[in-house]
Amino acid sequence: MPLNVGCAARPGRARDNKTGSWRVFRPTVDSETCKKCGLCVLICPEGCIREGNDELPVVDYAYCKGCGLCAEECPAEAIAMEQEEK
Amino acid sequence: MMEIMEGSHAVAEAVKRCRPEVVSAYPITPQTHIVERLAEFVADGEMESDYLTVDSEFSALSACVGASAAGSRVYSSTSSQGLILMAEVCFNASGMRLPIVMSIANRALGAPLSIWNDQQDSIAMRDSGWFQLYAEDVQELVDYHFLSYRVAEDHNILLPGFVCFDGFILSHTYEPVDIPDQETVDAYLPVFDPYQKLDANDPISMGMYATPDYYMEFRYELDRAMERAAGAIEDAGRAFGEHFGREYGSLVEAYRMDDADTALVAMGSICGTVKDAVDEMRDAGRKVGLLKLRSFRPFPQAEVARALDGVAAVAVLDKNISPGMAMKGAVGLEVRDALWKTGIDVYSYVIGLGGRDVRKKDIAAVADLAESGRGDMFYGLREELI
Repeated sequence: MPLNVGCAARPGRARDNKTGSWRVFRPTVDSETCKKCGLCVLICPEGCIREGNDELPVVDYAYCKGCGLCAEECPAEAIAMEQEEK
Repeated sequence: MMEIMEGSHAVAEAVKRCRPEVVSAYPITPQTHIVERLAEFVADGEMESDYLTVDSEFSALSACVGASAAGSRVYSSTSSQGLILMAEVCFNASGMRLPIVMSIANRALGAPLSIWNDQQDSIAMRDSGWFQLYAEDVQELVDYHFLSYRVAEDHNILLPGFVCFDGFILSHTYEPVDIPDQETVDAYLPVFDPYQKLDANDPISMGMYATPDYYMEFRYELDRAMERAAGAIEDAGRAFGEHFGREYGSLVEAYRMDDADTALVAMGSICGTVKDAVDEMRDAGRKVGLLKLRSFRPFPQAEVARALDGVAAVAVLDKNISPGMAMKGAVGLEVRDALWKTGIDVYSYVIGLGGRDVRKKDIAAVADLAESGRGDMFYGLREELI
């Protein structure tokens, strides 16, 4: 995204303004360990984990804040929080 | 046409001709006469501006930020504690890239309270992202207002600016001054064309928060704009000559610098005294000259290095003090930086703080000190008091 002069921004819904940019830790799902229970889909406070075609969870990193609830609650401990590199 | 006019009233006449749509200021000595006169102009119907009365300098500049963001040409003026009370807003105005022009009647900062002149107030705002011009006399002071709006509003610049002038020495002195007519000013300074503005039908927010991923780049862009402002001030100064017959095509002015061995560097009204002192020293056979700085931000580093090339010693007259810095004066530090690795001795002399008179013999004494290798010191202290 190019810089706007004076850091001017247009108002917009979350559809326009991606809100995942401040994430420090990124949840990554180990597909071997995942039991496809879907708890992470339900527990994500941002609603940005969905169930993919193979029933494995898919994280939308444009909105994920990296809160880590999914990793904390995963009964199979299949989600790791990895440091973002910026 | 030349008229004899008080400096503050000359500023008011200049500002009127800049046609600001909004004026907001809070009275403070020695700036008060400017905004009093502007209030009269508005009340008498001579000036079509909204004049916003507010409860403090903080509110005054905040009102200017809002009005500028809404697409108006705006004006304010202050001094000393008033400017420091505006400090937070100053950084916001430059960060939002709002081309506000503000006159600073330079005055000492308290405590102890002093209403008299030095340049500590604007120099304390060195890093606020406003360009800073310093006027030697009332004519320059008037002219810099037209020039500053032209530079500030340039879409390639978009920076706010101070027009600095020594309180009382210029603000309350009557001098012959040419106040240009409205048509000439209009030809030089077109109607304000905001780069972007607040509009209920096409809403934006300005100065939105920037995460660590973005903040540094915004500061980088601010610095780049200030670097570009150097060229824009020169261009506007040359165009000024074409429109008004008085040219300001350089950020520095050299006075009797040809073949000079010792250079005095100063900014503001003190330059008038220094020129007379230089004349007397030249008459006595001493090779002394003056380099006047018109602009402190952007700092004309290359011009200073070029103008001082070949001198043996440089004495910078600093009407400010940075307590705890070895060199003492902020301007001196920048001049020394400009001459780094040249081997030229650069000294700072803190002089004329809080309205202490600086006389021709003081200028000569400072030149003597620089030639004898003594500097980075207060000059003119009353030894019996310390």
